[in-house]
Amino acid sequence: MADAPKDPADDSAETEAPRKKRKPIGWSMIFIAVLVAISVVLVWRRDGVHGVTEILYGDLALFGEILPRVLAGCLLGAFVAEILPHEKVSRALGPESGLKGLLIGTAFGAILPGGPFTAYPVAAALLTVGADFGATIAMVVSWTLIGYGRAIAWELPILGTDFTIWRILLSVPIPILAGALGRIVYDRLYPKKGEAE
Amino acid sequence: MSATLFIDITLWGSVAVLGFMVWRRGRAVALSSAREGAMDFINIVPRIALGVIGSGYIAAVIPPEVITGWLGPDSGWMGVLAATIAGAVTPGGPVVGFSIAAVALKVGGGTPQVIAYVISWALFAFQRLILWEIPFMPAKFVWFRAAVSLPFPFLAAALSMAIGKP
Repeated sequence: MADAPKDPADDSAETEAPRKKRKPIGWSMIFIAVLVAISVVLVWRRDGVHGVTEILYGDLALFGEILPRVLAGCLLGAFVAEILPHEKVSRALGPESGLKGLLIGTAFGAILPGGPFTAYPVAAALLTVGADFGATIAMVVSWTLIGYGRAIAWELPILGTDFTIWRILLSVPIPILAGALGRIVYDRLYPKKGEAE
Repeated sequence: MSATLFIDITLWGSVAVLGFMVWRRGRAVALSSAREGAMDFINIVPRIALGVIGSGYIAAVIPPEVITGWLGPDSGWMGVLAATIAGAVTPGGPVVGFSIAAVALKVGGGTPQVIAYVISWALFAFQRLILWEIPFMPAKFVWFRAAVSLPFPFLAAALSMAIGKP
């Protein structure tokens, strides 16, 4: 992560830069759809049509509950992409941002309010405005491991204070290490102009 | 209940604050930015629908009792490995994940193993990956992120073993 050549003309950004090419239906979604179809058949064979519709109604209710938050998350992502200037983000969180970028990503993930409906749209927005995989990994991993939202709402009451604090303390280095590992692997997998000097 | 209310308030509060900041850059900017967000929303709804409804069926196929069995008191590195796999395949939301961890602690699961379980659940729980991460993020990023995160439940367990109990 300490490799910091000059040239802030960020490289990972140019693969993602043009504002929002919307995701096509990729293999991931097809894979999930197949998995779901298999599960529906298994539920149907085990519990009959009743079992299938029961889950459907429960999940539709959940879906309705989630939708407004998803809208809020998408708006948040779009506003973040609008407000954060591209050069600044790629300097602070881009491939050349070094340890500092990973620390900023970690801090940002830890203080981000809301749930997955904010974390992922905002992370996607950061990628489009110039953050690299490493810093974004640090942010996502930090949000999921040391973000306070889930810890306060669920982990503390269910698992108790001692365990939760202990677990979070052990987790503190992980986002930075994951981001650093991400950068190392990324450079190996997608060597850019590094050696072309 | 109050937790979800708190989440909604901070969430929409953040939207309002950032929306105001965008608005100060001009009406046109604000409108196009809001339209951008709304278009993202429309694009993402089918994926979220598949995620929400789909993961309900996948969860029904993997009952939590199966997971609990993986988290027995068998300690050591095999226990950590089992806990890591269990965390990834745990269905349902945070209540299920944390409750399973609490049960595991009660029936004598070791702290390092339960920590590996909670961290693995946070990093890899299939439901969150399917429902949230893949719809919003580039798939390449999601798989990359997950692959790079693989060592960390083991690292946390190792730290926990080295330092001992809290």
